[in-house]
Amino acid sequence: MATFSRKGKGEMPAISTASLPDIVFMTLFFFMVSTSFRETSLLVSIKSPEATEVDKLKKKTLVSYVYIGTPLPAYQTLFGTEPRIQLNDSFKSLDDIRDFIASEREALSEGERPLLTTALKIDEDTRMGIVTDVKQELRKASALKITYISRKKSK
Amino acid sequence: MARKLPEINASSTADIAFLLLSFFLMVTTMDVDSGLPRMLPPMPQGEQETDIEVKRRNIFTVLINKSDKLLVRGEPMDVSLLKEKTKEFIVNPNNDPNMSESKEEDIPLIGPYRVSTGVVSLQNDRGTSYKMYMTVQNELVAAYNELRDELSMSVFGRPYAKLEKEQQEAVAKAIPLRISEAEPKDVGGK
Repeated sequence: MATFSRKGKGEMPAISTASLPDIVFMTLFFFMVSTSFRETSLLVSIKSPEATEVDKLKKKTLVSYVYIGTPLPAYQTLFGTEPRIQLNDSFKSLDDIRDFIASEREALSEGERPLLTTALKIDEDTRMGIVTDVKQELRKASALKITYISRKKSK
Repeated sequence: MARKLPEINASSTADIAFLLLSFFLMVTTMDVDSGLPRMLPPMPQGEQETDIEVKRRNIFTVLINKSDKLLVRGEPMDVSLLKEKTKEFIVNPNNDPNMSESKEEDIPLIGPYRVSTGVVSLQNDRGTSYKMYMTVQNELVAAYNELRDELSMSVFGRPYAKLEKEQQEAVAKAIPLRISEAEPKDVGGK
């Protein structure tokens, strides 16, 4: 004779939360995988100047960076304390800028090449001499679209 | 006889996982740089001399020396005044003979408008600090942006950034951004 025990007397059974950690872990792994850290490690110290009239950079793939600043303490014995140019992951000289722009252009598709923007990330204590030289080189390489990276200051 | 181990309470693993999750949520920033967009002038082809005659009254010269001091149209000036002076120069509300001339032009969507022919000429020394240069650039661009905002507010009732593309082009045509950068001088040395 089958007997049905009436446990709980009609109360709702508690929802099992055993699978909650699994769900959370899944989300966690997603974020861990999708989090990308800065690809190029800076070899120079840069404190961007402040500005109010800034625009967010669109289309990150179309932006190539030129960094100018004083080398970090670890590199100062080799490269001195004067502001230096960093392209990708190494210190470069002025003459390398044209090659750098050419290779950045090469990486883009035909249609996107005119949209290439050069972002100048320059330390605020840098003197304009080196900045001007870089700008001249960019003009020679006809990379005319530039952006001076700056921190947004509220008005 | 081995006693059965009591089951470990796993309900707090969710909390731990949440803690980790919220950490990564906060750390993950699609950190987008912001910057001041400008266009460089193209390199002159060949040895041609391009001397474009611009009347003296139409040039607003801004000089920055190696100790970051400003000289605007021959007079020393503080950066805080630069924006207002630039706006005044471009608009020239009182038809001052020392400030920019304007040409009546017919602009689509806006109609006839007095387009200023004034040019801002910026020249710096090789010893000028980048910070000062950026501050000045920012003030000059801000002057133009404010004028564009004022015009689009009065014509379209919305700030420049919120206009349709054709409207933006019309406003940009009425107030063209004319900042020219001269070759820097090397007076102060490094």
